[in-house]
Amino acid sequence: MARTITYREAINEALAQEMERDESVIVMGEDNAGGEGSPGEMDAWGGVLGVTKGLYHRFPGRVLDTPISESAFIGAAIGAATAGMRPVAELMFVDFMGVCFDQIYNQAAKFRYMFGGKAVTPVVIRTMYGAGLRAAAQHSQCLYPLFTHIPGLKVVLPSTPYDAKGLLMQAIRDDDPVMFFEHKALYDLAGPVPEEGYVVPFGEASVVREGGDVTIVALGRMVHTSLEAAKQLAADGVECEVIDLRTTSPLDEDTVLESVEATGRLVVVDEAHPRCSVATDIAALAARKAFGALRAPVETVTAPHTPVPFSNTLEDLYVPDAQRIVNAVKTVAQWAR
Amino acid sequence: MRPQAPGRTPRGREAPQGCPGAEDQLPEASEAPAREADKYDERIVAVTMPKWGLSMQLGKITGWIAAEGDDVSVGDDLADIETEKIAGTLEAADAGTLRRIIARVGEDVPVGATIALIAPASVSDDDLGAAVQEARTVIDAGVPGEAAGGPAVETAEVDGRRISYAGTGQDGDVVLLVHGYGGDRNSWLFLQEPLAAQHRVYALDLPGHGTSAKDVGDGSAGTLAGAVLGVLDAIGAGRAHLVGHSLGGAVAVATAARDPRRISSLTLIAPAGFGPEINAGYLRGFADAQTRRELKPVVGQLFADESLVTRQLVDDVLAYKRLDGVSAALHALVGALLDGDSQRMDSAAAVAEIGDAVPVTVVWGSADRIIPPAQAESVAGAVRHLVDGAGHMPHMERPAEVQAAIEETIARSG
Repeated sequence: MARTITYREAINEALAQEMERDESVIVMGEDNAGGEGSPGEMDAWGGVLGVTKGLYHRFPGRVLDTPISESAFIGAAIGAATAGMRPVAELMFVDFMGVCFDQIYNQAAKFRYMFGGKAVTPVVIRTMYGAGLRAAAQHSQCLYPLFTHIPGLKVVLPSTPYDAKGLLMQAIRDDDPVMFFEHKALYDLAGPVPEEGYVVPFGEASVVREGGDVTIVALGRMVHTSLEAAKQLAADGVECEVIDLRTTSPLDEDTVLESVEATGRLVVVDEAHPRCSVATDIAALAARKAFGALRAPVETVTAPHTPVPFSNTLEDLYVPDAQRIVNAVKTVAQWAR
Repeated sequence: MRPQAPGRTPRGREAPQGCPGAEDQLPEASEAPAREADKYDERIVAVTMPKWGLSMQLGKITGWIAAEGDDVSVGDDLADIETEKIAGTLEAADAGTLRRIIARVGEDVPVGATIALIAPASVSDDDLGAAVQEARTVIDAGVPGEAAGGPAVETAEVDGRRISYAGTGQDGDVVLLVHGYGGDRNSWLFLQEPLAAQHRVYALDLPGHGTSAKDVGDGSAGTLAGAVLGVLDAIGAGRAHLVGHSLGGAVAVATAARDPRRISSLTLIAPAGFGPEINAGYLRGFADAQTRRELKPVVGQLFADESLVTRQLVDDVLAYKRLDGVSAALHALVGALLDGDSQRMDSAAAVAEIGDAVPVTVVWGSADRIIPPAQAESVAGAVRHLVDGAGHMPHMERPAEVQAAIEETIARSG
């Protein structure tokens, strides 16, 4: 039965239900147990933002606190996956990925291929991304384009509690390494989530708003910013179709192309930097495969090509907001062709 | 009410994230605010926000058709109303002069709140003003919180399975609505509330469906009938009128066959088990479809007018199909429904046996593409209603006609 829970609770529930269902599922990371067993405030934790809270007692021995050494425990998770476990490793902030990148892009991502399809690596790496928490340049990045670039990795960015649970259950059941991106600003977002287990398949975008004038393709937190813009634009008589990609690898090209063929106008909204990004990738997709349908140049709304500023005022300007999306949509809507 | 289309969302509107049971999270809206104005002057009649489906909590007036000062008759169009799931036209339930319009176009109004006042000219402006003020307070307060909520979805443990059901209506006989293969209790959104004016109306989720347990056992009509009897026990209903659609029709018949004394009447809508022909491709296609692209043309076969199949409808069905256990349940039901490409279930013999003890009505859409309407002839002793131009879902496509058939069947039971 569906009830309203938060994005954070949805992720916790997916972990718990999969651990219940399958004994080979284990959870590991920095503070994932969160000081359980010791007195004081630490007891209440479960990961730095409380996502794994409560799992330690329900699944003794299967929630592992790791040393602050990403290269060690991400390597351990990948190794365990090759040996028959289904580890879900929490890499606190995606910004810390650098120190364990070899294990991810040159090992986990390659095993299936290098061993002629005989090896599987069912590991999930959960990680936080995104700006908005006043956490400065080294704790606020959106590095999903780096992983989307690498064949052999699946890259998932849920935008709602419903998707968070269903995509994480799919990620855990998937036999390939999955990078699971959780936006810090979405943890308290509440929405309807079924009590039962369910999966949301990879490579299936979600049309979260229908409209015939302009297509907006967004992902992660930007889906909500885009919906806000679409609401404002509707008041001005411009109807936007808002597409949530949900996964960047695999990518649901068909849903994007069908919408662009119907509207002829495309705005891509992406919180990541503008170069070699999901935004440019989707723009290129439309240019290559829907060129005949385009009635205006594709617009992108992204963060600037700078580190995330620490200044509150600058950080607020850095993250794409609804007004910038409204402006971009109006720009493409004005083209007559 | 005249629904424009089941599940239709006008272009450009935000669709909630797909999740068939999404409405369960919300407390059911209270009936209490209805006719709030009555306490001021009994000549003032309140026009209230209707409740179209158990999940509806808020409605939005998209346009007033009637204007202040108009004389309206029962059945006149008053306003166009839009909800999260459907759009429709509100018809006047009372005659008189529309003296005040309270709900503004575009604002969210809780179900049951007064949106306009009908009163004769002799009622003073002061008296109307007080009633308007009271109604305004209710609208501005929004949806009542959980404490003020009415009946929620309930569950009963039947044969080791958790069965969900929801009821509405204060008085009268118990009516239990039994959905078909792949449906759920929300299939009755256009009927449950209107029927509740006269009856206590319940709808359940059969095993394998909605928010009930997903294990269907052998998937036979007899097994599913156990869930129906279990719900009747849970609500303490000695007897009930059963309304069953498609597979739910066969389940209703099996329920009556098992315990005829508990069934007051049977209304069967495009029921299974009255002939060999059935659209086996539909049944298998529904169970097998993995994506929206695969599912949409399958679901389209349910309706005479395929444009009724919105993205939201397909997304809701997909979200249901992706729950753990549903694929196994649907495939088990296909096995129980089909013998090769023909129907395995036989409801005809059971209906003939029930004989004259229970009034039976059969309702069929003339354009049904799942089970041929000619099979209505095999329902012995039944009153037959052919719904012209409707497909396999007349209770969604032509709810008013189906409602009339149900009311008439209940009346025949004496």
